[in-house]
Amino acid sequence: MANKNKPRPSAPKSKGPTFQRLTLDLQQYWSRRGCVLQQPYDVEVGAGTMHPETFFRVLGPNPYRVAYIQPSRRPADGRYGENPNRLYKHTQLQVILKPPPADVQEIYLDSLRSIGIDLRQHDIRFEEDNWESPTLGAWGVGWQVLLDGLEITQFTYFQQSGGMDLDPVSCELTYGIERIAAFLQNVDNVFHLRWSDDLTYGDVRLAEEEQLSTYSFELADAVRTREMFDLCEREAKAILTSRQKSSDSGAKRTKPILAAYDFCLKCSHLFNILDARGAISVTERAALIGRVRSLSCQVAAEYCVINGWRDAEAGKAQRAQAS
Amino acid sequence: MKKNLKSDATGDFLFEVGCEEIPARLIPKACSELQQILEKYLSASAILAEPLRAFGAPRRLTVMSDAVRLRQSDQEKEILGPPKSIAFDNVGAPTRAAVSFSEKQGIPLAKLKVVTTPRGEFLAAKQTIVGRSAKEILGEILPQALRELPFPRSMYWTGRGGVRFIRPVRWIVALLDGAVVPVEFGGASGTDRSHGHRFLARGPVRISGTKDYTSRLRKAFVLADPAERQRKIEQELRGIAAKRKWRVHEDAGLLELVTNLNEYPTVISGDFAAEFLELPAEILITVMRDHQKYFAVENSHGEIEPHFLAVINLDKDSAGLVRAGHERVLRARLADARFFWEADQKSKLGSYGEKLAHITFESRLGTYGDKTARIRDLARWIAGNWFDSGLRGADVAAADRAAELAKCDLATEMVREFTELQGIVGGLYARAQREEEEIACAIYDHYKPAGTEDSIPRNMTGCAVSIADKLDSLVACFAVGILPTGSSDPFALRRAASGIVQIILELKTPLSLSAAISAAAKALVAHKPKITLAPESESAVLDFILERAKYLLREKQGFAYDEVNAAMAASADDLVDARSRIVALQAIRRTRNFEPLAIAFKRIHKILGKAGKDGVGAKTAAPELFKEVAERNLYHAAEAARARVAEHKRAGQYREALEAIADLRPAVDRFFDEVLVMAEDEAVRKNRLGLLAMLRKEFSTIADFSLMVPDEG
Repeated sequence: MANKNKPRPSAPKSKGPTFQRLTLDLQQYWSRRGCVLQQPYDVEVGAGTMHPETFFRVLGPNPYRVAYIQPSRRPADGRYGENPNRLYKHTQLQVILKPPPADVQEIYLDSLRSIGIDLRQHDIRFEEDNWESPTLGAWGVGWQVLLDGLEITQFTYFQQSGGMDLDPVSCELTYGIERIAAFLQNVDNVFHLRWSDDLTYGDVRLAEEEQLSTYSFELADAVRTREMFDLCEREAKAILTSRQKSSDSGAKRTKPILAAYDFCLKCSHLFNILDARGAISVTERAALIGRVRSLSCQVAAEYCVINGWRDAEAGKAQRAQAS
Repeated sequence: MKKNLKSDATGDFLFEVGCEEIPARLIPKACSELQQILEKYLSASAILAEPLRAFGAPRRLTVMSDAVRLRQSDQEKEILGPPKSIAFDNVGAPTRAAVSFSEKQGIPLAKLKVVTTPRGEFLAAKQTIVGRSAKEILGEILPQALRELPFPRSMYWTGRGGVRFIRPVRWIVALLDGAVVPVEFGGASGTDRSHGHRFLARGPVRISGTKDYTSRLRKAFVLADPAERQRKIEQELRGIAAKRKWRVHEDAGLLELVTNLNEYPTVISGDFAAEFLELPAEILITVMRDHQKYFAVENSHGEIEPHFLAVINLDKDSAGLVRAGHERVLRARLADARFFWEADQKSKLGSYGEKLAHITFESRLGTYGDKTARIRDLARWIAGNWFDSGLRGADVAAADRAAELAKCDLATEMVREFTELQGIVGGLYARAQREEEEIACAIYDHYKPAGTEDSIPRNMTGCAVSIADKLDSLVACFAVGILPTGSSDPFALRRAASGIVQIILELKTPLSLSAAISAAAKALVAHKPKITLAPESESAVLDFILERAKYLLREKQGFAYDEVNAAMAASADDLVDARSRIVALQAIRRTRNFEPLAIAFKRIHKILGKAGKDGVGAKTAAPELFKEVAERNLYHAAEAARARVAEHKRAGQYREALEAIADLRPAVDRFFDEVLVMAEDEAVRKNRLGLLAMLRKEFSTIADFSLMVPDEG
């Protein structure tokens, strides 16, 4: 390295961990930090925040720590697998720390160290980025975490979810796994990532990207999708307004709001498909978002009532406000 | 009565709030506001000896003073008791009232004194109020100041009942004269330990006071003073650029931002592939600046070079890893931009017009398609108006075409991705698609001026479209009751109104504001949403624009507020004309006759106001009813001046016209010296009032002199 005229190294030479190794390492890190390791949710979601393990767990007073991988669908971001940076479905690692410890930033940064990023050799910064999910009635303040100018994590102090003020607040960390993997593997095209020792990201996922993009941009039938939206909304409402009979043994069943939430999530995904299809005018867009939010806020309010964190009257007021 | 008893010892004061990363854009304001709040409290407690200084960096807000009084002065206060007549009986012995006052004050009777006040003699006690220690006071003030510090979107982190701040507070340094001030805020307590750079520092940084604060932090890779950070960035930008024979693309806003994004800023350079230089400079610069916060660099001809300068929060990038990372990110961003550029170019700009019907401007005001139809009408009207008043360069057809295309880029991929490039992208596409240069420039510029410091569109067509767009927003928003309130102005109506004023004043082309507003109102009826603007809303729009005009003339052009008010009270519909009258007024106000004349007009204004409409009658006088020489003189002087003023006014010679009016001063003075306006005889009185009313009417068309405020001294 004595020769000054030698070109500067343009990239780290290490090959970096495989995509699957990375997800395992991060989960292992967070399990050591006391997180419940959960599985991805089995209903289509646009972000890890929509997983019930975030949506419900952040409500109420009980402390909780959870981490899970969540494949997240953003139909409008699909590019048939032709764009090296954009995906219909990308992979998030979601962590909820409730309440957040005072050294939460340090703990997060340690997770980066644990996957082999030398923070003294890289430009890490926390840049303001306040997060909001209108469909979930949720917002928080925080940052996007940049690694040498690359956004790798959304770091949010949740202030409200399902239209409810949170107490305590939760810290939500959302890692963009593809981006971190591309950084560690020094790869410019997401489809060239090594998923495992033998297969690339493209080998594993390209067909899905291509077909789901084709469907949501070209084939999705706006009328039928709208009908499905209406159906799911009606089902969710039916659950929310149902009255639970006592079972034969006399025990009263809890209102199955978790099922109502699943239908709320389906509405959200169907909305995203309509949006990608270009089938929504701007005014209608706001109205549809409002309908999904109304469902999610009612579910959240009901959840709090069921758990005794909120009396039924307040719950009704909330529902009236939401609808 | 208060009196200081002791001289004061002082000590240095340092207060650092250690915070998780504060949004960069909020840091300068938060610093100055924290300083002001503390200044207020420290002054109110009478312990501030030397002024406060405030610093801010991403992880800290700091306020310090070299001297704060360690203790408030003791104060002696005289407390009045009962009057002497009640406190003592006939023989001078203290009464029950005197005894109970003495007991209440805790001061023996012998030490009470009788004092004489304007209200008589009273028994009085002298009490000493012992000053509190600054430490104790600061312990209360500091958390209170943090609670009061306003932020646009604050958060809580210790639970709903806890404090709110912009981000969680993690440590506090609070030192007075080297000792820790006990304070507590949001789970953090006052100590003498600060923290250095997140990654480069080792362990906490012990601070002893204001003297070693910045130096100790500097050793821990934090430059606490923003001025020092900015200097370092500027030096390094210039240093690298000079070495590589580049010119830095100057950007003051970006410089301030990166100054507040980094605690230890260091500049590095990076490259991108020359093939991306096919993209227009505007797009390259926006990708680098807005998304990556890089400075673009140019060659000596002002052309963008395929390199960038990034400010990183590290002391160095010896292995080049940071550089490689930033280059990779930029590569992806530029590839995206190129993809959008190419995809958008597959269609003609005009073809995006159809898609505007799907982009809402405001739910009650329709889509951008509707707005485009309205802007076209209005732009044609404005250009036609200018053309009719003989302005070369006003082209109705060009204004129409530019207005038709102006909003099309809102439907392009490029603007959907880089919203800040709206207008610019449309202009670039229009040029690439061989639209006339006049029209391409007009589209490119039609959002200008973007602020009071920004320039106006470079050609008449751009000016016409810009005014049309802004005026339509104003009229439409006012029509449905969207008015700016306080800090909330979602459609930037203040900026729109200022923009209209700036264009008119800078072009110096007359345009009747009220007629333009009517034209805009007409377009709002002719096209969707087909709303009729109420007459009172029409005048509200006019007033709103005139308010901005007054503001600009005062604050940006430096005219005195009374000059602006006086000239605009006479008439303001034509701002170019109003401005010439202000200029004339400014020139003449220093002359001998003017100020006394203005005072006389104020007097006339008062007299007429008092007399009321009925008392005054006709705004004229009958010479046969004059009784005094002075009133006849004034009448003739006014008649003579009237002709001269009218002539000068017609020629636009406002200064000469004002001089002719000012020449009336001796006649006016004499009138007031010798004539009693409110004469007994009603006919004579009415005639005199009529003469004054005539003066006011005739000579207030350039400026309402009664609004002029005489100079002090």
